[in-house]
Amino acid sequence: MSEIAHVDRAPRSSEAIASLRGQVRDRPVIPLLGLTLVLVVAFAVTSPGSMRPEWVGIQLRAAIPLAILAGCQTLTMLTGGIDLSVGAVASIVGFLVATLEPNIGLPAALVFALLAAVLAGLITGIGVGVFRVHPLIMTLAMSLVVFGSANALQNLLVKIQSGVPDLVRSIGSDTLFGVLPYSLLVFVPLAALIFIGLWQTGYGRLLYAIGDNPIAARLSGARAWQVLVVLYVISALLAAVAGVLISGLTNVASVNLADTYVLPSVAAAVIGGTSIMGGRGGYGGTIVGALILTLLGSLLGTLGFPEAVRQVLFGAIIVAVAAAYTRVTAEA
Amino acid sequence: MSVATAPVGASRARPIEAISGWAHDNNWTLGLVGFLALLFVFTKLIQPSYGSAGIQGLANSMLPLALAAVAQSIIIIAGGIDLSIASMMALTNVVAASQMRGQGEEYAVLVVIGVLLLGLVLGLVNGGLVVLTRVPDIVVTLAMLYVWAGCALLVLAAPGGSAADWLKDLASGSLISEWIPKSAVILIVIVTIVWIPLRRSRLGLAIYAVGSDRLAAFRSGVAVGRTKVIAYALGGLFAAFGGLALTASMGVGRPMLGGYTLMSIAAAVLGGVSLTGGRGGVFGPIVAVMILSLLQTDITLVGVNPNLATVLQGAILIGVLMLGSITQFRRSRT
Repeated sequence: MSEIAHVDRAPRSSEAIASLRGQVRDRPVIPLLGLTLVLVVAFAVTSPGSMRPEWVGIQLRAAIPLAILAGCQTLTMLTGGIDLSVGAVASIVGFLVATLEPNIGLPAALVFALLAAVLAGLITGIGVGVFRVHPLIMTLAMSLVVFGSANALQNLLVKIQSGVPDLVRSIGSDTLFGVLPYSLLVFVPLAALIFIGLWQTGYGRLLYAIGDNPIAARLSGARAWQVLVVLYVISALLAAVAGVLISGLTNVASVNLADTYVLPSVAAAVIGGTSIMGGRGGYGGTIVGALILTLLGSLLGTLGFPEAVRQVLFGAIIVAVAAAYTRVTAEA
Repeated sequence: MSVATAPVGASRARPIEAISGWAHDNNWTLGLVGFLALLFVFTKLIQPSYGSAGIQGLANSMLPLALAAVAQSIIIIAGGIDLSIASMMALTNVVAASQMRGQGEEYAVLVVIGVLLLGLVLGLVNGGLVVLTRVPDIVVTLAMLYVWAGCALLVLAAPGGSAADWLKDLASGSLISEWIPKSAVILIVIVTIVWIPLRRSRLGLAIYAVGSDRLAAFRSGVAVGRTKVIAYALGGLFAAFGGLALTASMGVGRPMLGGYTLMSIAAAVLGGVSLTGGRGGVFGPIVAVMILSLLQTDITLVGVNPNLATVLQGAILIGVLMLGSITQFRRSRT
């Protein structure tokens, strides 16, 4: 009848179980890696023919943009926020790079597209940090603005060639020896930066502090608005990188390129053990969460389920994993 | 212009002594109504021929989103949020359209009742999962978005089916005077029958209590879980009304619908419903939907790139919310 009744109940579990729960809560990566392994085994059993080295490359290549976008969600969720504008920002960046490159060259196009992303992130950050608009609705409104601007730009900018610049396509979709995708060259340094940022810098701790207890953080001298403005700019930049990779992967530059990634990116962060209420989580779990969602999607595809059944199973599995996770880590 | 805003004023007729108190509690909604009136004046200025036909088109096009916004508002007031509204609308829309195909007009009445019950059940499942699993609302309903969308595709893989003539007739044309569109009457009737008695009941109070402070509600003897499930079920019911409105206006079922979930959240918040729960009503969000729809019309009339309408909608949303939070911030300081 009520969760509060459960919380009020005296702890029954023994210490061993309690410590196991603590382990799972603090290191969600271990059980998640187990789940990944189960999915890989399921793949190997159901379609042995597909288990070639190239398979690894294909899965990684698809998981990397999702993992980057889920990184945006992880960082914002740590402060109790969320960033629903990542899809629109990623799309407009991919679109701008592909459209401007024939005219002004790749470096200038990249700079211009990144500036657009920074601007969007800055406005979002000011709305959330200074004006205290709820992040959900602020990023939602921002994605309307960005998507509309992209559509308007599409009518202004006449596209000379189809497809995206060769370098972008190569980074987004080519692989080394068919196994290691070039996008790892972008992803590994980026992930390292996020890890170091979260664990080794004061800024990372501020993110946790603000999400865990905003009042305590303020009383300890943290200026939440500065942290949040910077956070949403970082999030927009990450989305921009993901946008370039997605346009390279699909070889399309359309204004709603990355829309379908938004909800899975939230799901990946949640499955990875980041609390949507703020203050708890990390990027390691998120990466594995993105891997799990990618594997799950392609496994359901390989099994030959129609799109409809795939969506139902996808949703049901997200609920099941999240519920199991909540049950295990609930503070008894 | 007074004609244009007349139905809005008429629906809120109350005893004089209650009006000043109501105005004090609802200054946000009053501001919205004022903004809407300005928007109507502006529309008339840029398009002198804008009249009953324009009102008619506005009412018809806003009906599904208005119902979605009511659904979302009830759930948000109870302290939740439902990202699966659009999928539930799609599912009820295709079930209605596929069941009505090749059937008689009377059978369609049964279909409508069945689809409304289906909406209640979908909402019950969402709410039940939220309460039982204790996973945050946003995550559960995000996942259910996929489940219901998949179910909609299972029912109807491509747009198809048909709608009964009386249902199509309900959502078009006007009643008594050409200034009173039927769809506006339907919206007012549905909201009046379902929401107003509820809001004045014990259950309505419980919904506000749970959204405002669940621990306090629990300690005061409110069945927190049950109240939340009922709020989700009501949201499902209104989503089903929205799905039926879509069936009526399109005349077919479409398994893929975009935009309704996010726009319903935007309309709820713009209409004065607090995302933290416990504050707001359903009247404000309906006015917000009218503003958003009229804005789209105006942009088309002005002849600006229609894509800028989206930009402007987002910009207005941002501007209004920033303004709202500044005034709230000031009030809490003094």
